[in-house]
Order: sequence, then structure tokens, then C-alpha cells
Amino acid sequence: MFESIDKLHTKNSLSFTFDGQSIAAKPDMSVAAALLNAGVFNIRVTPVSQSIRGPFCMMGACYDCLVLVDGITVQACLTQVKDGMVVNRVPLVDMSKDIS
Amino acid sequence: MKTIIIGGGVVGLSIAYGLLKAGQEVIVLDGADDDFRASRGNFGLIWIQGKGANAPHYATWSRRSATLWSGFADELQKETEVDIAYKNKGGVDYFTDEQKLQQRINTLTTLRNNLGGDYPFEWLEYSDLKARVPEIGKKVVGGIYSPMDAHVNPLLLLRALSIAVRKAQGTIMTGVKVVDITAQDHDFTATLNNGANIEGDKLVLAAGLGARSLGGKLGFKVPIRPQQGQVLITEKLPFFLHYPSGTIRQVNEGGIQIGASKAEVGMDDDEDVATTAALAQHAIDVFPHLGRVKLVRSWAALRIMSPDGLPIYQHSPTVAGASFITCHSGITLSAVHARLMPSWLLHRDNAPDVSHFSEGRFNV
Amino acid sequence: MIDYDLIIIGAGPAGMAAAVEATQRGLSVCILDEQASAGGQIYRNVSKVKQHQADILGPDYIAGKQLVNALQQSTAIHRKAVTVWKVDKDAKVAFSDAGRAEQIQGRHIILANGAMERPVPLPGWTLPGVLTVGAAQILMKSGSVVARDAVIIGSGPLLYLVASQLLAAGAPPRALIETQTRRNVIAALPYFGKALVQWRPLLKGIRMIMNLTFASVPRFIAATDISIEGNDSVEAVCFRAGGKTHRIETSIALLHQGVVPNTQISRSLNLEHRYNVQQHCFHPVTNELGQSSHPLFSIAGDGAGIGGANVAALSGRISALNAAACLKKISISERDRAAFVLQKLKRAELSIRPFLDALYPPPQSVLLPENDTIICRCEEVTAGDIRHYATLGCKGPNQTKSFCRSGMGPCQGRFCGLTVTELLAAEMGETHDVIGSYRIRAPLKSVTLKEFADLGVPTTME
Repeated sequence: MFESIDKLHTKNSLSFTFDGQSIAAKPDMSVAAALLNAGVFNIRVTPVSQSIRGPFCMMGACYDCLVLVDGITVQACLTQVKDGMVVNRVPLVDMSKDIS
Repeated sequence: MKTIIIGGGVVGLSIAYGLLKAGQEVIVLDGADDDFRASRGNFGLIWIQGKGANAPHYATWSRRSATLWSGFADELQKETEVDIAYKNKGGVDYFTDEQKLQQRINTLTTLRNNLGGDYPFEWLEYSDLKARVPEIGKKVVGGIYSPMDAHVNPLLLLRALSIAVRKAQGTIMTGVKVVDITAQDHDFTATLNNGANIEGDKLVLAAGLGARSLGGKLGFKVPIRPQQGQVLITEKLPFFLHYPSGTIRQVNEGGIQIGASKAEVGMDDDEDVATTAALAQHAIDVFPHLGRVKLVRSWAALRIMSPDGLPIYQHSPTVAGASFITCHSGITLSAVHARLMPSWLLHRDNAPDVSHFSEGRFNV
Repeated sequence: MIDYDLIIIGAGPAGMAAAVEATQRGLSVCILDEQASAGGQIYRNVSKVKQHQADILGPDYIAGKQLVNALQQSTAIHRKAVTVWKVDKDAKVAFSDAGRAEQIQGRHIILANGAMERPVPLPGWTLPGVLTVGAAQILMKSGSVVARDAVIIGSGPLLYLVASQLLAAGAPPRALIETQTRRNVIAALPYFGKALVQWRPLLKGIRMIMNLTFASVPRFIAATDISIEGNDSVEAVCFRAGGKTHRIETSIALLHQGVVPNTQISRSLNLEHRYNVQQHCFHPVTNELGQSSHPLFSIAGDGAGIGGANVAALSGRISALNAAACLKKISISERDRAAFVLQKLKRAELSIRPFLDALYPPPQSVLLPENDTIICRCEEVTAGDIRHYATLGCKGPNQTKSFCRSGMGPCQGRFCGLTVTELLAAEMGETHDVIGSYRIRAPLKSVTLKEFADLGVPTTME
């Protein structure tokens, strides 16, 4: 598990929601860091096989930490938490269900 | 008794497949990993509406291919177990300009008349179109639906064709370049850059833009030029786009493909920002919600354009057994290339009449 | 219309040092970076970390503050939190700033976008809870978040550094599973003498290993057959070491097999690259001034070749001198005079590298994974798929990509490119230079369609 190393120093002064679930965070945390800290490892499922993924590289290179903010797909590790931010999982893509 | 096919793209492989099914022995010579390859850069359309407005024979030829495509896709799937994602529920061209819409309606009406009525299409004004395609935006003034149009995954088609050709005992040599050809009637030797000599009694030049350097030796004019087209692909989205258009379609993996531009820039397949911007704007005009969707990649490829944009099918006037095949609609025509063109290459009685597509029509 | 003499991409040690040097030489400079504050990855967030973080991360990290301050005090324009998505051959850079696209024109460009972790494909590496060792460091630096009871897998000095930092944070790793073998040690011995020039970092490394030993952090050497188990997330790491099979339970697995130059931008420009056999990765071809194969581009820092932060800062200054001379702000002789000292220091710093490269090479199982192992995370393509398409006549990564979609996902080949080239080279019996790499195209990072559309003049489609 991940945990904050400065529990004594700075409070979790912000919070945001991830698919409705309230997540506490500190200023300057990325959404990915805050999610890991809160024990949320399951960030999205892949379009190819609907496998579960979580943050991997934390530097914006792997694109595994995709989340939806304001209707736009963003990398959670490059997105700074803002108080009251609404973050959602990216919509499920499963083209085997394509009925065309 | 072997046919050499120079060029292992969609055209070359479709021909190879058909010749193999007709009992011929075939060797395909294909180039390097980073060659210009229209087969890797195209849009994946089997598009009929609007084609051949001034050339009824082209409209008929395209239509014929579209009709054969369904069976062709099934056969490829059975042979190779590759599902090439062929979908033939029709297509819709979306218009944001009243004049252009009207022009297209006129074009299609003319085509319908020229083809004796067998040319189904339906003009949909905004509210009807919106009922069928709820995602369209207010800038759309109308659309034209045609059941003749279809789309496919062009890369899976390439993959399936290469598996099918090998399965049918065809040989495909990749990573080679033909540096010289010695040609006499029914006696060809292609010399490769690795020094090897490939021999055959028939030769098909299907090398895209690469045909220019080889055609002269075989008596062909090869009046083709590159025309750049840029394509965009977005992140994968839940499926929503049932009807592909000539410029926007949702590919079978989920991304939205947008294109293609037309630019005369020589042998340049670099993407440029201005074109990307224009294509992006077009997509947003038709489907406003795409504004928030992420673009993952843009690419450019070079179409092979003849002076009138129609295919060229030409037997060599100087040496028997050599033929030249080129087109910019390699996906649409893949079915006729596989099913009908082998008979033409073999001079059989049931060969299709493609005399309209000879090089003679050009004053070169 | 020229906006700046010099555009620098990346505000890590190389970029920062280049910006400071270049402005001192009279160039107008714009430095672009993806992070909200300067430092790159190695000095990530260094200007903002609190004391308790500094205590954990160590003085070498904190030393980065000097460069950040120097950058701040220079006349360089620092564009923060922007995403570069295209670099044109005529030295124009397009980037995204808070959802708006901008383009700026330079006379010369220094690419200083650093390194990335070598991809470490092994069974189970795509499970949630698996991160890179670098990611764990970034979490400590910028999130103040520490991985507890993590299992660290791989090889290289960074393993010991991060393990030490975790230890200092009160969260010693559950185990270090190291892949270097006795054979690697023997192969590294001939380079040890030269490496002694860098006795300080060597000593530091030894001290770190000793601290880990005193803290009873379990270390397994010459580990093989490593796999990560779990259904929805990491549950355990299995491996063989010392003739036995081991299974260690954990919820976090951290991977590291060295870092490699991030060549995404240099590839997109079709600059010349060459495969470095000792380091098992591609480098852009540069001369000792950082000049690339194209006159308008220089490359500095780990992006030109792995050397670490000090080397990066020196090479940043050297490439700034190169740019200044190219732009005729300084004479060739002044450039050479100033660069001479820096090059000498750089060579000294680099004398440890051959030793480290030989001691901690990526094992064959990582370079050439088993068939079942996913090698393209985005499109979930396996090593077996790549080998299969090699038999179908795919002679290079681009044909392979078109057949199986490896490299087509949002990361655009960053995490599969090297592995695909390795696999094809092995299958074909060809060198890596002959096999080549993916064609890289804009956008380098994904950007919304609206942002592109807003860049253009309204026009109608044919």
C-alpha cells in the first residue's frame, strides 16, 4: 500500500471525487498520487481486453493512468488535484459489443 | 511457369491471391520496412457514392467490386481466420455546405441515370439525418446515405492477404528492391538489390509509386504522380458511429479516423499542422462532441494518382506477358483485383472489359 | 517571425544548465517543460519539497535546487506545464498550454527531454500495483507518498537509491530481487579501475548497500524466472534465486532495469540514431558538442546518452555553447575554449558508466521476453505476436506495427519500441540499426481535436 509520509506535517486539505468516491489529497499532489495514496489502484480498464490498469510510470509516458476530467481524457499523473475536482473513469470501450 | 508480382501492397497481394486461386504459381516482391506504402496509410473505405461521375465505366467497376466484397471478406476469413472487420451497412456523407450537398445530389442523380437506375442513394435533410445519427451538429445541413458504401480494416486486410497468399503456396519476399528487369516475351528476370535474380514467364507491375522507375523497361508510360493525404486517428471511444462517411469513420478498434486531405507536395509524407487543424475542424463541424476527444496520431501517405484519377490496367505493348496495374482505390477494388483481374492477366475469355482503363487514354 | 534564438525542450538538469549558459552568452531563450516546476524527473519538485522529504531524498537531490534557482534568475522564459506535441525541422515548436495550442519559432533547438525507464516486460507487469522504481521516487518527491512493503525488481544503482530513500522514510522494501549475475560482476571488473575516478558515487553506492544490509532488507541476487501474480492487482512476486523458488507477498512491485534515452522527439525529426551495444538502447547521433545530424538541433542530457544529472548539466552547458556558436553569438574558438573544460569534467563523470553498464545489464529475459509476455501495454501485444509477424515477413517495426498494432496506442511506442526492435533483431539475425524503429509522428502527446482546430484557419473539406 501507499501512504503519505508527512501525515504529521500537512493535512489532507483537499478532496476530490473519483467516480463519486471521495478521495482526500494534499495540495501539489497529482490525481494519480492521491488515488494510490487512497488505495485506489484500479484506475481504468483497457479497450482491447478490458483488463484493469493503474498508474505505472508517474511521468506521463505510459498513458496507463487515463481518467476523465471535464469530459476530457487526461493523464492522472500529470493532473494536479484541485479541491472539489470531479474525476471519473474513462468510458468503457469494448468494440466486441459493436452491433454495426 | 511463374508470375512475378512487383509490389506487395493491397493491389499486389489481391492480384497474387486471385492468380493463386486460378492455379498459377506466384512470387511477390515487396520492399523495405520504411518504404512509402499507400497500403499502410489509407482510409479503409469501400466507397462507391460519387465515384465515376464523369466516367460511368469507373462507377460500374467500383460498384461491381463493392458487390463482390462481401463474399471476398468471408472467404478471406475462412482461409486465414483473420476477421478484417468488413462492414457493409452503408455509408453517409455529411455536408456542412448546402451548395456542395446539392452538387453531390446532382452528381449522384446523373450517375443513377447513366447506370440505368441501379444506383441506390437517399438524400437526408438535417432532421431525418439527426434521427439516424443523433451526434451530428447544427452545422450539418444534410447527408447522403448509400447502402453501396462499406468499410474495412485495411491493415487487417493486408495481413489476411499475406497469410492467404502464403497458404496458397505463393511466395512473398519482403525487404527487397527490384533494381533491374530484363524482359522478353514471356521471359522475365527481376534483379534484386541483394543480387538475386527472380525469373518468371509473366510479370505484374503493382509497385505503386515505385512503378515509375521500372515501367519504361516494360513499355509502360506510368503517368502517375504522388498525392499526399493526411489522416488523423483519435483515442478509442465507445462505439457510436454506425455510418462511415468518406471523411470520418469509427474504426473497429474504437478510434475515430478523420481524413483525408489532398496535397500535391511530391514525395513528402510528413504530416503538417495546418492540415491537421483543418481535418480536426471538419470533424468537429460534423460531430461537435469530438472537440473534446484526444488526437493520438496523425499520418500522411501518398496516393498513386493517374491524370484522371482512375485506375490503369495495361498489358505491355512491347513485351508479351507484362502488365501494369495501378489505382488509388486499392481497398475498394481489392475484390475485383482478386476475383476478376486474374482472368484479364491470363487473357481468358471471361476477362472483364477494362479497356477504358488503358494507358492509351492519356496523351503522354 | 523568430520568437527566440534558442528553444529548449525539457527543464531537467540539462535544460536548466543550457538555459542559464545560453542566456549568459546573450541568447534569447525559451525553455518548455511539462511539469509545473523545473527539475525534470531527477530533481522533480525540488524547489517545493519540504524538509522531511529532503531528509529522505538526500543531498544529491537537494543540490538540484541550485540549478532551479539559477534558471529562475536568468532571463530565460520558462513555460511551465506545457505539453510539446510537435517539433518541426525548421525549428518551430507546437505545444499545448492549458488546452490552448501555441507555436513558437526558434533559430536553434536543444532537445533536453531526458530519459525514461527501460521497459521491463515480465509476466504480470501490467497489473495495478506494478510501477517503475522511478515512479516510486516521483511519488516521494512530488506526492509525499511512499510505497510500503514494496518488492523492488531489477538491477542498477537506482534500486539501491530508492530502497535507501524508502528506508529513510520508514518504509523499507520487503525485498530486493536483483537480476545481475556473477558473470556480470566478472565482466564489469576490467572497468572498475577507470570507474575509481568516480570514487565518491561508488562509495555512496557501497554505503547504500551496507545500510540496506544493516536494515535487514532481504536481497536476492541473480534472480530469474520472475513473475508477478495477482488477479485485479499485485498479490505476490515469484522468482528463482539461489537454486530455490521464492514467492513474496506484496501489493506493490517496483521495476527497474536502467534508464534509456527518450528519443521520441529526436525520432520524430528523423535525426540519425545509433544503437549502443553496451547500453542496449538507441542514442541520437551527436558530436562532442551535442550537435545532432541536423544543423538546427542539439541534444543534451540523458536524452543524448545516459550519464546522470551531473553529466546532464555539463552537456547542457556544452550544447548551449554549440547553439551560441551556431547563431554566431560567440566565436568558434570561444566555444571550443569554454567547452574544453566542460568536456573534460564530463568525461571524468562518465568514467563510471562502462563499469555500471557491465555490472547491471538488462537480462535476456527482459530484452527478449517469453512469448506469453505482453510487450505493448497499450494494445496488449505479446512477444509471441511479434515473433509470429517476423515469420510473416515483417522486416521491421513499422510493418510489424501495421500487422499487430504494437506502437499504435497512446504511448506511441515509448514502452514497446525497444523491445520490438530487440525481438525483430533476434528473429532476423540482424543488427538493431538495420531493424530500425517506429516512425514517430505528431502529436507527440495526445491533444484534443478542438485545440488543433483552433490553430487553423476555417476551411471546408473537399
